[in-house]
Amino acid sequence: MPVLWLILIVIAISAVGFVSGRSRAMQSAGGEIRNLHSLPNFYGANVALKAAIPAFGLLVLWLLAQPLFVNSQVSGMIPDTAIKDGSSRSLVMAEVRRTAAGLDAAVAQGQMTEQVARNANADIAEITQGLKDAGQVVTSEITQPILNAAQSYRSMNAKGHWVMSIVLVLLALAGAVVSWRQTRSDYRARNVVEKGVSVLLLAAASIAVLTTVGIVLSLVFNTWEFFKLYPASEFFFGLTWSPSFSGRGGSSALGILPLLWGTFYISLVALLVAVPIGLFAAIYLSEYASPRVRAVAKPLLEILAGIPTIVYGLFALLTVGPLLLSVFGDDGLGWMKAGTAVMTAGLVMGVMLIPFVSSLSDDIINAVPQAMRDGSYGLGATQSETIRQVVLPAALPGIVGAILLAASRAIGETMIVVLGAGAAARLSLNPFEAMTTVTAKIVSQLTGDADFASPEALVAFALGMTLFILTLGLNVFALYIVRKYREQYE
Amino acid sequence: MTDASMQNAEPGRHSVSLMATDEHTRKRARAEKRFRAYGIVAIATGLFFLVVLFTSILKEGIPAFTRTVVSVDFTLTEQQREESEGVLLKTKAYSDLFITALKSKLDERGLNTEVDEVAIERLLGKVGGTIRTFYTQNPDKIGEQIEFDLAASSRVDGYFKGRVSRDTIQDSRFLQKSDLELVDALEEAGIIKQAFNWPFITGADSGVDNPGGAGIGASVIGSFFMMLVVLGLSLPIGVAASIYLEEFAPRNRFTDLIEVNISNLAAVPSIVFGILGLAVFIQFMHLPQSAPLVGGLVLTLMTLPTIIISTRASLKAVPPSIRDAALGVGASKMQAVFHHVLPLAAPGILTGTIIGLAQALGETAPLLLIGMVGFVARGYPDGFLAGFTEPNSAMPAQIYTWAARADAGFYEKAWGGIIILLMFLLTMNIIAIILRRRFERRW
Repeated sequence: MPVLWLILIVIAISAVGFVSGRSRAMQSAGGEIRNLHSLPNFYGANVALKAAIPAFGLLVLWLLAQPLFVNSQVSGMIPDTAIKDGSSRSLVMAEVRRTAAGLDAAVAQGQMTEQVARNANADIAEITQGLKDAGQVVTSEITQPILNAAQSYRSMNAKGHWVMSIVLVLLALAGAVVSWRQTRSDYRARNVVEKGVSVLLLAAASIAVLTTVGIVLSLVFNTWEFFKLYPASEFFFGLTWSPSFSGRGGSSALGILPLLWGTFYISLVALLVAVPIGLFAAIYLSEYASPRVRAVAKPLLEILAGIPTIVYGLFALLTVGPLLLSVFGDDGLGWMKAGTAVMTAGLVMGVMLIPFVSSLSDDIINAVPQAMRDGSYGLGATQSETIRQVVLPAALPGIVGAILLAASRAIGETMIVVLGAGAAARLSLNPFEAMTTVTAKIVSQLTGDADFASPEALVAFALGMTLFILTLGLNVFALYIVRKYREQYE
Repeated sequence: MTDASMQNAEPGRHSVSLMATDEHTRKRARAEKRFRAYGIVAIATGLFFLVVLFTSILKEGIPAFTRTVVSVDFTLTEQQREESEGVLLKTKAYSDLFITALKSKLDERGLNTEVDEVAIERLLGKVGGTIRTFYTQNPDKIGEQIEFDLAASSRVDGYFKGRVSRDTIQDSRFLQKSDLELVDALEEAGIIKQAFNWPFITGADSGVDNPGGAGIGASVIGSFFMMLVVLGLSLPIGVAASIYLEEFAPRNRFTDLIEVNISNLAAVPSIVFGILGLAVFIQFMHLPQSAPLVGGLVLTLMTLPTIIISTRASLKAVPPSIRDAALGVGASKMQAVFHHVLPLAAPGILTGTIIGLAQALGETAPLLLIGMVGFVARGYPDGFLAGFTEPNSAMPAQIYTWAARADAGFYEKAWGGIIILLMFLLTMNIIAIILRRRFERRW
C-alpha cells in the first residue's frame, strides 16, 4: 500500500519539522521563553502544519484527479472499431480496467514477469492463459486493443504514482524548510497557526456541504445517463415495472408508478399504526403520567427506535408474515397468498415509527405553555377536554410536522420492505398482496454492481433521485412547520 | 331576592343536591376516563410490541448457540494408521475404523442397531477425511485416546431442535427416516448430544448448502474494521466541524448553508448514502468492492450529522463564564476553546460518538449497495491492513445474507446473529449511559 507509506513519510517529515522548528525558535530566543512572540510549541506546530497540510491536500486532489485523467486518456486510445455492436465505450473501459487489475495481480503473485505484462506485442492467448493461471477472472477473450489499452493504463497509473510520491515528498520538505527558515523569535507563530487551524475547522464543517454535493452530483449524472438510454416520460408515467435481466434495454419496462404506489401504500399502513399509538402515548406521557411512569415508559418506547432495521426486517419476514398468513391466508380468511405483503411490512414499520411520533409529539405538547392549560382548568374543563380543545389545537402544526417526519422515514426505509414486502411491483388495492417500493428496487437493481451501462442498473439512480427529492421536500416542509410553531410560543 | 320569588322558584333542575353528580358530569367523567384509558392502551401496545419482538428474537435465536455433536472416544494405533495409509481409499479406511469404534460403543450399552456407512455419512458428513486430517496434523496423538466432537448435519440438528420431525421428514440424500432410529439410539447411548456452538461465534460464513457450518466471526471482524474507520474519521471531523460552527462561525450565508445541510443530511434515507458510496467510492475512485474501508467511509458520512449535533449540544452546555475566564487571563480564542471548553465537553462528545457508532453498527442498507452481501465473509483477513481492503461482510449485512437464503436452517443463524448484534449495541449504549451518569456536569 504505497499511499499509506506516503502518508507515514509526510507525518514523519512534519514530526521532525515540529521538533526542529521548536528548537530553532528556542535557539533564536537565546533559550529564554520570554523573548519569544509565541509559546515554543506554536513554532513547532507552524513548521509541522506547513509541511503536512499542503502535502495532504495535494494527495487528496491527486487521488481524485488521476483516475479521471488516466481514464480519459486511455479511453481516447481505444479505436472505434474495437467497440463491438451492442457494447459501449464504458463497457470496454471496464474490461480494460479488469485486465489491468488482472495483470497487476498476476505479476504480484509471480505468475507472470513484468516484461511479459508490459510487452505490447505479447501473444494474447499466452496472456489470457497466464491470467487464468493466476486465478484472475477474465470474462471474454482479450483483444489486441484492449490489451494495449490495459498495458498503457497500467504504465500511466504506475507513472502517476511515482510522480505523485516524488512531488508530495518534495512539497512536504519544501514546506518544512521554508517555514523552518522563517522561524525567528519575533515571528508571529501563534497567529499563523491559529489561522491555519481555523481553516482546518472550516474545511471539516464544509464536508457536510461536500457530502450533499456528492449525493446530488452522483444522482444527477447517472440519472442523466439513464434518461439518455430510456425515455423520461415512460419512466415517470409507465404503469409497469418489469426489468429484463438478459438483454441490454429494449424489452424492459421501467415505470416508476407501481413502485411509488407500493411505497405510499406501505407508508400509509405504517402511519395508520404509528400515529394513533404514538400520539396517544405522547399525550399520556406528557399530561397524565406520573414522573416515575414517565421515567420508565419513555426510554422503553424509545428502545424501539434504537433497534436496527435489519432486526425489524427479519421480524417481518419470519414472525409477522407467517402470523398474518395463518389468520388471513388460505387456512383462514383466504385473502393472503404469501407472508410477504403490504400489511406485513406496514405493520412492522408502524411499530418502528411509534417512538418517532411519540417523542416528537411529546416535545411539542410539552412546549405548549402551562398558562393555556391553567386557563382552561379555570373555566371548569376536565383534563381531557383541555387536551382535546386547547392543547392539541395549539400543538397541531407541530404534530403534523412530526407525522411528516415519520412519513419521510417510512418512505426511505429499506430493510423492512426488502425483507417483508415482497418483490413484485403491482398496482393493487389489496393490502394483503405483495408489493414493492422504490427503496427495495434500488437494492435489487444495484446490489454488487460496479459498472453501470445498462438502463436496468442506471434506473436505480433515477429512483434514488426521486426518493431523495421526495424525502428532502418532506423534511424541509416538516422542519419549517415545526420551527415556525416553536417560535410562536417562545 | 325576596321571599316571594323564593317560593315561586320551581323545584326543577336543581332539586338534586350539589353534592351528588348529575348525568352530564358523570358523562364528562366517563369521557375523561376513556381518554386516559386510550393513552394507557397506546403505551401498553407499544410495550407489548417490544416484548413480542424480544421474545421472538430470544426464542428463535438461542438455538443457534447450541449445536448437535457426536462425541466418540477413539484410539488409533500406529498399526491401524499404516494399514489405512496403505490402501487405495484412505479416507474410507479411516471411516471404517470410526464406525467400528462407534458400533462397539453401542454394543457396550446393549443397543443393537444396524450402523451402515452411508447413514453415518448422512449424519456426520465425511468422517474419514476429518479423522485423517486430524492425525496427519497431530501425529503424536496416535495411540492415545481422543474424544472426537463431530458436528452432526443440519438436518439432524433440526431434528433435535424440533425443526425436522418424524412426520414431516422426507427421504432424501440428506437424511432418511430410518436414520432417525440410529439417531435415537445414539442419543440413548449418550453419544449424540448438544454442545455450545463455538464455531458459530468464531467461524466464517459457509456456502449456501451448509447452514450448520455458518458462523458470524468473520463479519464481526468486518464490522470492527468499519467501526475503526468510522471512529477515526467521524470523531475528529465531527468535533472540528462542531467547534467551528459553535465557536468561530460568523453569521453569514455560508454558515447557514452548512447548518441546513447538516440538518438535512441527518434525515436523508440511508440507502441514498449507499448510492453515494457506490457512485463516488467505487465507480469514480475505484476503491475495492465489498471492502470494510468503503463501508466505513459511507457510514462515516452517515454518522457525521449525529456526532455534530450531539457535540454542538455539549459545547453549548459549557457556560460562557469558562470562556470568559480563559480569555480574561490572556488565552487566545483558540486556546480558550481547545484548553478549556473542549475538555469540559468531552464526556458529552464521547457519549454522542458512542451512540452514533451504535447506529452505524446496525445500519444495513448502504452496505447492500457496496457489495458487502452474499458469500463474502469467507474467512478472517490476512492481517491488520488487509482487514480494511479485503472483501468482507458486516454483522447486519451477514444477517441479511442469511435471511435471504432459501434454506430455513439459515434463519436460525440470522436470529442468532441478531442476538450478537444486539448484545454489541446494548454494551455500547450501556457504556454511553454510564459515561453520562459518571461525568455529566450540571452547570
